[in-house]
Amino acid sequence: MNRDNLKSKNESESSPEKTRKGISRRGFLKGAGMTTVGTVALQSGVLGNTLDEQSLDEKAIGPDAELIKLKVNGESHSLAVEPRMTLASALRDKLQLTGTKVVCDRGACSACTVWIDGKPVNSCLTLAVEVQEKEITTIEGIGTPEKLHPVQEAFIEHDATQCGFCTPGMIMTASHFLQNHPNPDLEEVKTALRGNLCRCGTHPNVFKATLSASKKM
Amino acid sequence: MEKKKLILPHGIPGHNLGEIEREVPASEPPAWPVNDKLKEVGKSVKRYDALAKVTGQAKYTADIQLPGMLYAKFFRSDTPHANIRSIDISKAEDYPGVYGIHLMKTDDGNYPVVKYAGQPLGGVAASSLAIAEEAIKLIEVDYEYLDFVVDVEEAQHPEAPIVHKEKIASQTDGGDVGVTHDGTQANGNVVGPSTGSFFGGPRGDLEQGFKEADVIVEHVYRTQVHTHLPLETHGVVVDWKPGNMVVYASSQNTAAMRDELADYFDISKGEVRVISEYTGGGFGAKHSAGVYGPMAATLSKKTGRPVWLMLDRKEEHISMGNRPNSIQYLKIGAKKDGKLTAIQQRSHGTAGVGLGAGVGRIAQVLYECPNFATEQYDVYTHAGPGAAWRAPGNVQGAYGVEQAIDEIADKLGINPLAYRDVIDKSDIRKVERQRGAEKFGWSRRKAPGSDSGPVKKGMGMAQSTWPRFVTLDSTAEVRIMRGGAVEIRSSVQDIGTGTKTVLGQVVAEEFGIPTEDVSVLIGDTYFPTGPGSGGSVATGSITPPARNAAYKVKMELLEQIAAKWESDLSNLVMEEGKIVDKTDDSKSVSFKDALKGMRTSQIIATASRSDDYGGFQQPWGLAHGDLGSVQFAEVTVDTETGFVKVDKIVAAHSCGRPLNPAQVESQINGGVIQGLAYALYEYRVMDKQTGFMINANVDQYKLPYAMEIPEIESIIIEDYSGTSSTDAYGIGEPANIATAVAIANAVYNAIGVRIYEIPITPDKILKALNKI
Repeated sequence: MNRDNLKSKNESESSPEKTRKGISRRGFLKGAGMTTVGTVALQSGVLGNTLDEQSLDEKAIGPDAELIKLKVNGESHSLAVEPRMTLASALRDKLQLTGTKVVCDRGACSACTVWIDGKPVNSCLTLAVEVQEKEITTIEGIGTPEKLHPVQEAFIEHDATQCGFCTPGMIMTASHFLQNHPNPDLEEVKTALRGNLCRCGTHPNVFKATLSASKKM
Repeated sequence: MEKKKLILPHGIPGHNLGEIEREVPASEPPAWPVNDKLKEVGKSVKRYDALAKVTGQAKYTADIQLPGMLYAKFFRSDTPHANIRSIDISKAEDYPGVYGIHLMKTDDGNYPVVKYAGQPLGGVAASSLAIAEEAIKLIEVDYEYLDFVVDVEEAQHPEAPIVHKEKIASQTDGGDVGVTHDGTQANGNVVGPSTGSFFGGPRGDLEQGFKEADVIVEHVYRTQVHTHLPLETHGVVVDWKPGNMVVYASSQNTAAMRDELADYFDISKGEVRVISEYTGGGFGAKHSAGVYGPMAATLSKKTGRPVWLMLDRKEEHISMGNRPNSIQYLKIGAKKDGKLTAIQQRSHGTAGVGLGAGVGRIAQVLYECPNFATEQYDVYTHAGPGAAWRAPGNVQGAYGVEQAIDEIADKLGINPLAYRDVIDKSDIRKVERQRGAEKFGWSRRKAPGSDSGPVKKGMGMAQSTWPRFVTLDSTAEVRIMRGGAVEIRSSVQDIGTGTKTVLGQVVAEEFGIPTEDVSVLIGDTYFPTGPGSGGSVATGSITPPARNAAYKVKMELLEQIAAKWESDLSNLVMEEGKIVDKTDDSKSVSFKDALKGMRTSQIIATASRSDDYGGFQQPWGLAHGDLGSVQFAEVTVDTETGFVKVDKIVAAHSCGRPLNPAQVESQINGGVIQGLAYALYEYRVMDKQTGFMINANVDQYKLPYAMEIPEIESIIIEDYSGTSSTDAYGIGEPANIATAVAIANAVYNAIGVRIYEIPITPDKILKALNKI
C-alpha cells in the first residue's frame, strides 16, 4: 500500500507530463493522505476521476511553511508547517502531543494511529496540511488519567502494556473497532488489530483487554 | 561480621517444599514465607506506569523536547567496504539551518575504514530533522572501493576479503554475560574457537564416548540473523552544559551509559546524568551508548544546544544490533538405555563486524554427559555488528541440541517427553514437564507424520536452562519522609519488564503498606547505581537491596517509636498499615501517623546486593541453581502450501520466587512470540551483490502480527532456593530459548521430516517433502 503511495509521489514530482494530465504535487497532497485507505484515495481520487477540478485552481502551497489550523481533541490550534510535514510530526513536534508514536514511518505498523473524523488512519502517511477541516483525535483525547476510556481501563487491568510504545496505537485501533463492533469474539478482535505491531509480545493481553472492554462500552 | 541463622523456604510447592537453614549477616531482614502468605509480593499488582502508557503521557526519549533543541542525523556509508580518501562537507555546512557537523576520526586522525554498508561516518545537527537529512545529501565522499563479503560461509574462504586486518578489542556490549572471544587475531575472518565457559571446558574423551554409543545423531543446524527491532529505536537527547551533561536515553543500562560517556570524554562520572524514564523495548541491544551517545554529546558541545538523535527504522535494522546466525554441527551419542555418551559441537556464526556469534552453553550443561567438547567460531563479515539478545547464543544452541535430543528419543523408540526424564537431572524441569504436559494435553500426540490428509497437526516440546546471574554492584535507596512519602530510588531502569512495579511491591511488603503508596523513582544515574536490564539479572540483583534498604529504614523508625513508647524493639511489628506492640494493645499507631511523628524530615538508607545466602557458584555473581523451562508447541502444517501455523504454546517456567505473576506471564508471552517470529518469519536479507540489507523496514522484514499469535498458556512454578532476602530472579531470557526448537519439533511431528534451518518458511517445508 505505502509503496504504491511513495511511487506515485515520486512519479508525480518527476514527470511534468503527468502533472499536466492532472496529478500535480498539489493533487497528491489533496488525495494521498488518508492512509488506512491511502491506496484507495490515490487510485480512485487522484489517478481516477473523483478529484474535484475546482481544487486545482486553489493557490499552490509550499515549499515554505504555511500557517494552518488543526482541530485536535476538540481544540483548535494555529501552527506553521511545511507542506511535507506529516500529521504525526505536527502532533508530536509542534503540538507536543507525543502520545502518538512513530515506529516504521511508512504505514506498516499502525503505532501512529489517530482518528480523523472518527476513522483510524496512519498519521505518518497523512500530511498535516490536508486535514485542516477535520476532527483529529489522538490518544490524549480519548481519555484522561481522571476519566479513562473503557479500553484504557481494560489495558491497565489486563497488563496489556510492556514497553508501552505500541500501546497508544493499539488503543486507538481497538477503541474505534469496539464502537462499531459491540460484542466481538477473539477472531474479530485479532482481525481488527492485525495491522498493529508489538515487539514485546503483549498481544494476548491486548486481545483480553479489548474483549473485556467490549463488555463495558 | 555478626551472623544470624535464618530458616528459609526451600523447594517447589506441591513437589518438595521444605526449609533450609542459612547463616546470614545479622543485618539481613527476616525470612519471607512462601508467596501465599505475603500481602503484596507474589500478587499481580497493577503495573506502575500503565496509566501513563495508556494515556500517552509516558515520555520516552524520542518524545523529549528541550528549548533550543537541534535535531541530529547520522551521515552513513553507502558502500560496505572502502577506504575514505576525503569528505567534503562545505555544501552541507552552508545549508541554511545546519548548526554543526561532526565527522568521525580514528585515534590517529584518519577517517575510519568503512566496513559495512550504513556504517556511521559523521553527524549533522540542524534546526529540523528534514534539514539535517537534506544537508547529509550534500556531503561528498571520495571512496576507494574495496571487495567485501557478507555471507558467513563465503567469508571463511581463504581468498575472502578480510574484514579486520587488525586485532579487534573484545566484545564490550554489556548484554552478553556468557563467554565471548577476547579479540585474538583472526585467521582470515575466522576467530576462535572458544571451547569453554564459566562452567568449565571440554570434559572426558569424545572418541571413547562415541564408541560406547548405541545410537548417534549427527547433523548441521542453521539459524538466521534477525534484528531486535525495538519499537523505540536507539537514541538520546543530550544537553551538555559546562560541567553537566544530561542525557535522556532509550537505554537498558543507565549506569553503564554514564560510565561509558564519562570515560569517552574523560570527565567525572558526576558530570554525566543519564535518565531513562521509559524505554521502548531493548531485548539486549540497548546496553551501550554506542556511537550515537558520543555523537549527540559532541554535537551538543559543539553547538551549545541540546541535541536530539534518534535513529530511524532503517538505521536501527542495519547498525544497532542483531542476533548472529549460526551453522552448528552437532554429533550426539547415546546408549540403548538413553544415557548420553558424547556431545560434540562445532559452530560458525557471524556478528558482522562484531564478536559474539557463539551457540552458548546449552549443549554443555542442559543434560548430563561425561564426554563433551565444543568449538565455537566467530566469522567477521561486512555487516552491522551483532548485539546481545535474550539468552545470547543459547537460543541458537538450543535449536540444534533440542532437535538432536528429540531425534535420539525417536531412534530409541521413546516418547521425547519421557526421554527427558531419563537424561535430565533437574527437579524444576521435571515438575515443568509434568504440569506442562498435563495442561498441554501431550497424551494427544500421535506418531510423526501420521495425520492423514494434506493439513497435518503436530506437537513438540523443548527445554532450556539459563543461569541465575546477579550483578553485585546493585544499590537501592529507600527513604520515608515526615508527613508521608515512601520512596525507592535506583538507577536501574524499567524497559517494559515491570521493574518499577516489583520494586514497589518489595518495599510495600516490608513496610506492611499497599504497593500504590510507594513511589518508585528509577532510571536516573543521580540515584544509586543499579544493574542493567539484561541477562535476566535485574530482579535478582536489585530487589534484595531494595528490601534490605527498606528494612533498615523500618528498623530506624521502629527504634524511634520504641523509645517513645518505652517498648522493647523486638515486640514492635509493622504490618497492615500500622505499628503495634505485640505485648500491649494500647500501643498502636498507623503507619501514616508514625511518619508524621518522625524526628527528622526523612529517614534514608541504602543497601547493596549481598552475597547469596550460602555463597555463589562463582564469586562474581553466578548463583547456584538455574532458571529452567519447558515449552510445548502445537502446529498445523499445510503440506500443499508449506505454510506453518502455530496453534498453541504452553510455557512452563521458573524464576525463583515470582514477584508479580501477571508481569512474569507478560514476559513469557513476549519470549514465546519472539521465539515464534524467529522460528517462522524473521530474517535479515543481505544482498551479496551490493552488501546492503534489503529488508531494512517493517513491511518486508516479516514479523508476527495479531493473526499469527497462538493461544499461549503459561505455568509459573515457584522455586525457592533461600539465596537472598527476596529469592527472586528474572524471566526475560528463559522465556525465549525453547520456543523456536519446540516449534521445529512440532513441525517434525506433523510431517515426519525434520527441518534443520530456520526460519521455517513454506519453501523449506515443500523442499523437505520433495515437492519443489
